[in-house]
Amino acid sequence: MPVPHLGEMLPKKSMDNTDKYLIEVADLKTHFAVRKGMLRRVAGWVKAVDGVSFRIGRGKTLGLVGESGCGKTTVGRTILRLISATAGQVTFDGSDVFRLPGSAMRRMRRDMQLVFQDPYGSLNPRMTVDNIVGEALTVHEGVRGRKRRDRVVSLLEKVGLAAHHAGRYPHEFSGGQRQRIGIARALALGPKFIVCDEPVSALDVSIQSQIINLLQDLQDELGLTYLFIAHDLAVVEHISDHVAVMYLGRIVEYTDRDELYANPLHPYTRALMSAIPRPEPQRRHERIVLHGEVPSPSNPPSGCPFHPRCPIAQERCSREVQHLEQKGQGKEHLVACWKATGGQGAHCADAHDVV
Amino acid sequence: MYRELSVQQKMWLTFRRNRPALIGAVVTILIIMIAIFAPCIAPHDPLIQDPAIRLEGMTPDHRLGTDDFGRDVLSRIIYGSRISLVIGLASVLLGMVVGTIVGMIAGYYRGKVETLIMRGVDVMMCFPDLILAIVITAVLGANLVNLVITLGLVMVPRFARLAHGQLLSLTESEYVLAARSIGFHVPRILGRHIFPNIFGELFVAATLWVGVAIRLEANLAFVGLGIAPPTPTWGNMIREGVDVMISAPWISIYSGLAILITILAFNMLGDGLRDIADPRLRGI
Repeated sequence: MPVPHLGEMLPKKSMDNTDKYLIEVADLKTHFAVRKGMLRRVAGWVKAVDGVSFRIGRGKTLGLVGESGCGKTTVGRTILRLISATAGQVTFDGSDVFRLPGSAMRRMRRDMQLVFQDPYGSLNPRMTVDNIVGEALTVHEGVRGRKRRDRVVSLLEKVGLAAHHAGRYPHEFSGGQRQRIGIARALALGPKFIVCDEPVSALDVSIQSQIINLLQDLQDELGLTYLFIAHDLAVVEHISDHVAVMYLGRIVEYTDRDELYANPLHPYTRALMSAIPRPEPQRRHERIVLHGEVPSPSNPPSGCPFHPRCPIAQERCSREVQHLEQKGQGKEHLVACWKATGGQGAHCADAHDVV
Repeated sequence: MYRELSVQQKMWLTFRRNRPALIGAVVTILIIMIAIFAPCIAPHDPLIQDPAIRLEGMTPDHRLGTDDFGRDVLSRIIYGSRISLVIGLASVLLGMVVGTIVGMIAGYYRGKVETLIMRGVDVMMCFPDLILAIVITAVLGANLVNLVITLGLVMVPRFARLAHGQLLSLTESEYVLAARSIGFHVPRILGRHIFPNIFGELFVAATLWVGVAIRLEANLAFVGLGIAPPTPTWGNMIREGVDVMISAPWISIYSGLAILITILAFNMLGDGLRDIADPRLRGI
């Protein structure tokens, strides 16, 4: 029986969708060749992203969550065409990103930007803040001299830095300040869409909320659309409208934020959810401990990629792949699991490791 | 009162604290001045022969003695600095420009381009510098321009290797990814974003290799493929001195010392410059 895939389930592109959704990703695949030996023969493929589909409404935020190595960073970079896709389609603002010729792609890059995880590695140590933020203005818009300086200063002020920071080098800043510089750089060309690739993971907890609040304020002010990548559901809960949970190159659960946090269905999501620290120590909560590592994407398990670590796996799970299916009641709630049902909380509780 | 220092001021302050670098800079400038003003400084014409005073030791008139033809050694060393410096600097500059561009392209694009370029570099590296230089000089013929090209070509694989190695890690760095995501063209990314980050390494290597180039020129002169006598170069002076090593060792010794001091000065200068080229190290 052919299983409907999210890419097929999405309505075909229409004017209506282009108005409503800024970016649509359909069945995106990014495979890396593993080469071996003298002749660099292809010995295998790492399927970092293996059939991911989603769409993000204008001005909305999609949280993309998963463990390290699940391919979430690759998704972000592939959408921006920094890594070439193996298959699939990305429609941004009505145009097919992967088919754009070089010059059109260069113009398109003004609309889609990237904020990095590592505030130390993402700023060129040899460039002043003025150059880091302002270079794009010169190259794309021909803005120079005083005018450029004024634009850079207003961008710095927008992200909570001051005019006198412009002449400094990145090493003179703290991690949080550096992340602000990275955000200012991303904002310089007035983008519509920003991929935030774990923008707070490398920061102190006390700074994390500042940066998240900054991103939210900017979203409200500038009408930005975010793809917010994180490995931690707690961070995503605050900022996202929708959340997609990724495991080994695939989305295993997708729904809106309230639904996901109230009614997580996929066993992997439930395990992640149970790992969020709760500020009420007296309230006992179940901790689902996943055993083992994320399997290698170059040699994924048969059937459901999650089955070797799944607390509720059945024999069937190792044979057949379950694709995303509508499971929730009413709301759009897609889950890739046989056992997950739409019922509120009644299912699979028996299999939890209670700690 | 605290006041922001300009980048130039910080550079100077960092450099000034580094005594060897300062000495290297002063000596380098001195050597360059000597080369430029050779006609004014040299006490004698370096080409005039006087058989009556051949192989004389130090005398008030000839402070570093005379050579086999009765020419003033000091004057010849002063004039010799011109050829040595021109060859050393020009060939390293040539090698640096070509080698860096080639190495950066290989390191940035990877794949087949990289294989083609870097295997070619490997082939060139297989030959000892001197053998390579001898072969190229033999093909091109020995004059100043050809010597610069020859030694420049010898330097190309060294710079290509160095640039390529640096690019391998930098191309993957997030700030390069950021530059790509903003939509900058490759020449801008290579020139404005990556090159400043590898220039320090390249420059230090370059100052070291100026010494190597000067030495290679001397080697070529030694086997008779350098600038033809009677034009003095430090290399052919050592060569000539060897014939009379027992009776008049100073000829080889002084010209060798000239090479040694020059190489040392360039190295010390290079180390100091590396420190100020890095904004993280000029933290005042």
